[in-house]
Amino acid sequence: MSMIEMTGICKAYGGVPALSDVRLSLEPGRAMALIGQNGAGKSTLIRILTGATGRDSGQVVMDGQDVDFASPYEALESGISTIYQEINLIPQRTVAENIFLGREPTRLGMIAYKTMNARAAQALAEFGVDIDVSRPLGDFNAATRQMVAIARAVQLESKVVIFDESSSSLDRREVEFLFSAMRKLKAKGVAIIFVSHKLDKLYAVCDDVTIMRDGRTVGEHVLSELSKKQLVEIMLGKTFDAFTRSARTEAPRETAARLRAKDMQTNSGLASVNLHVAAGEILGLAGLLGSGRTETAHALFGADKLTHGSIEIQQKPVAFDRPADAIVAGIGLCSEDRKVDGIVPDMSVAENLTLALLPSLTHWGIVDTKRRDEIADVFIEKLNIKVASRTQKISQLSGGNQQKVLLARWLAMNLSILIVDEPTRGIDVGAKAEILSVIKDLAAEGLGVLLISSEMEEVVAVADRVTVLWDGQTIADLSGPQITEDNILSTIASGDAILDHAEGAA
Amino acid sequence: MTDLSSQKFPQFGDLRQALAQYTVGIAFLALVLLNLLITPNFASMNTISVNLTQVCTIVIVAVGMTFVIASGGIDLSVGSTMAIAGALAPLIFTGAFLGITDPFFGVVVAIVLPLVVGGCLGLFNGFLITHYNIQPIVATLVLFVTGRGIAQVLTNGSLQVFNRPDFQFIALARLWGIPVQVFIMLAVVFLGAFLLRKTLFGRYLLASGGNAAAAKMVGINVRWVRLVAYAICGVLSALAGLIVVARNGASDANLVGLGIELDAIAAAAIGGTLLTGGRATILGTFLGACVIQLVRYTLLANGVPDSAALVFKAVIIILAVRIQRKHVN
Repeated sequence: MSMIEMTGICKAYGGVPALSDVRLSLEPGRAMALIGQNGAGKSTLIRILTGATGRDSGQVVMDGQDVDFASPYEALESGISTIYQEINLIPQRTVAENIFLGREPTRLGMIAYKTMNARAAQALAEFGVDIDVSRPLGDFNAATRQMVAIARAVQLESKVVIFDESSSSLDRREVEFLFSAMRKLKAKGVAIIFVSHKLDKLYAVCDDVTIMRDGRTVGEHVLSELSKKQLVEIMLGKTFDAFTRSARTEAPRETAARLRAKDMQTNSGLASVNLHVAAGEILGLAGLLGSGRTETAHALFGADKLTHGSIEIQQKPVAFDRPADAIVAGIGLCSEDRKVDGIVPDMSVAENLTLALLPSLTHWGIVDTKRRDEIADVFIEKLNIKVASRTQKISQLSGGNQQKVLLARWLAMNLSILIVDEPTRGIDVGAKAEILSVIKDLAAEGLGVLLISSEMEEVVAVADRVTVLWDGQTIADLSGPQITEDNILSTIASGDAILDHAEGAA
Repeated sequence: MTDLSSQKFPQFGDLRQALAQYTVGIAFLALVLLNLLITPNFASMNTISVNLTQVCTIVIVAVGMTFVIASGGIDLSVGSTMAIAGALAPLIFTGAFLGITDPFFGVVVAIVLPLVVGGCLGLFNGFLITHYNIQPIVATLVLFVTGRGIAQVLTNGSLQVFNRPDFQFIALARLWGIPVQVFIMLAVVFLGAFLLRKTLFGRYLLASGGNAAAAKMVGINVRWVRLVAYAICGVLSALAGLIVVARNGASDANLVGLGIELDAIAAAAIGGTLLTGGRATILGTFLGACVIQLVRYTLLANGVPDSAALVFKAVIIILAVRIQRKHVN
């Protein structure tokens, strides 16, 4: 019997249908992937299942009984836990307190801390996590925090655990760890819903897949019977040419490096980073999370100070105290997390797009709004940004379009070097290909691009050369035919070996 | 497909946004209409003059407060800055401080110096906040507490009464029958709106308040922007302090600007400025202050005691914030 059976679910917002006749069926002890482009209705469906949003019509059956949760709390009480990317636990409280939040074991009306800590430690040990549970949750990294969230779900005896994009901030090893925890949950008979944009990951852990498009269920399959290509085709509703590496007809141009970093070290964790980018070249920066990719970007952009080493632009040494210096020198940075340090949510598309350019649109301190709007329009058209109008707030755009605005912000500056950190994170597959082709076009026009991406296939598809980082150090520089997913992975793997060797010797 | 949600919803958003934007204007007009119906002699030059005079200082301080709030901060010390400026001015033009005997020069210094001091006090607030990373509410609490103390020390805690038309013109003189302070207020509102809307500084201020990390990443000197916002707030507070003592013909360090920080914050909030920063409207703040003033006047003119008026003010603030919330979601 199904654990969850959702049928005929409909939901409209202000007359616009978000879900129409959606179905979803969940078996105990199996993991189901829920996929679809941004706006396909995944989140709305999850919100309905967890009681965060009401439904207009349709039926939800859990364990053979009709249910209609009025709040996420009710859903939780009935055994549905959700684990989000940004975890909804309390960082200031201890790990044990978080696991038992709301159902603390008590003795004579007081919290029995000893019992609680012991049980928390035991719950985590089950997933191979051995940490001091009496320390605040905020002391631990994202992966550990997710394990705590999982332990909490287990403690609540959840029958259904929903993972909502919860693996996107984890590196490869951490993801493996998360997956082994998910497999243990399955072995306990828990039903899992796994929402993710990363198709590789789905195949590693999921048994079934439900595909959504335009607010409808367009496919329910056993995952192993479906190829990745078929999956993407159903999701996009069109034949999709996965971005494959275009045949490299010409060898990388032997031009002098426009940007060169030598032996960069920072307090943020860079130990020895060397790299160089030429005009018209896309340099891919590969490495695991924590290998120093984003830190390299920040160091090159003047956001982190160098403690050692040097940066040269066109053979001239430069020193940046702050991003403003780097911008003047012709470097732009599209940062990793649009929401954290990219968009200014309350400002319009036009204002966000011209934010870096603004000083040059100013006479006597007064902004020339006419010119600003003209420039905004040019880039909205050039990058095919989908907006209702340029005065629309950027926070109302989809992720892919926000990303395009941020790219345009730097393009408008006529820079010589652009650093793009995870340009396609959290963006649906269609928009991803579009963003990547924009980046390729820019390089073709002579821009030097430093591309940072966790998605190996992206790096392989567009980079002319790849610099591989391990633990804050450059360990390899690949070019031409050397650039394959296999090669990069084995380089990273050997980085591990080098570190192990060093540790063994110590 | 993807754009269905991003293109259709905004239109609803825009409608709601527009409604939220004009709420304060609608509330203001409703209050005016209500008064025309129930308050005797409301549509008289005298009533308008009284209301404008009373709202003047709140508006001036609230404009400064709006800048600070837009930057993502708050300034509790505005009342104390008013008290210091109000205490300084009479000391200067009476010659007790600095020993200036020339009456014209004395008055000029008595106006300029307190404004400079106000700006410096604002810079002090900004410095604590940007360089020591102290939360604005705590940092400005320092001056909130000590500032009034300083003003009392300056005046030995006694009421300073004076009669100096050459100084008091900033409040009492009339142009076409309208008090000069009203023109000063309108000038502050106009310049404030221009600064926020049209200048690089204004846009940088909103970007810094809306997302400081993003602002830094495009090369904006967020510290400097915040510092200037507090300095502006300090100067405007000092200006309000001068107007208050000029109007009263007396400077009382215990009372000048007492509790005005709350009115100023409320005016900004009612006007549609987001208290978390990043969205601000000077015109909204102006109307917000007018709404507060009109509510107080309506109740007083109709025999409701001042203490009860405070409760109504609370209700209005709750309504204003609630409308903002809806708008945000």
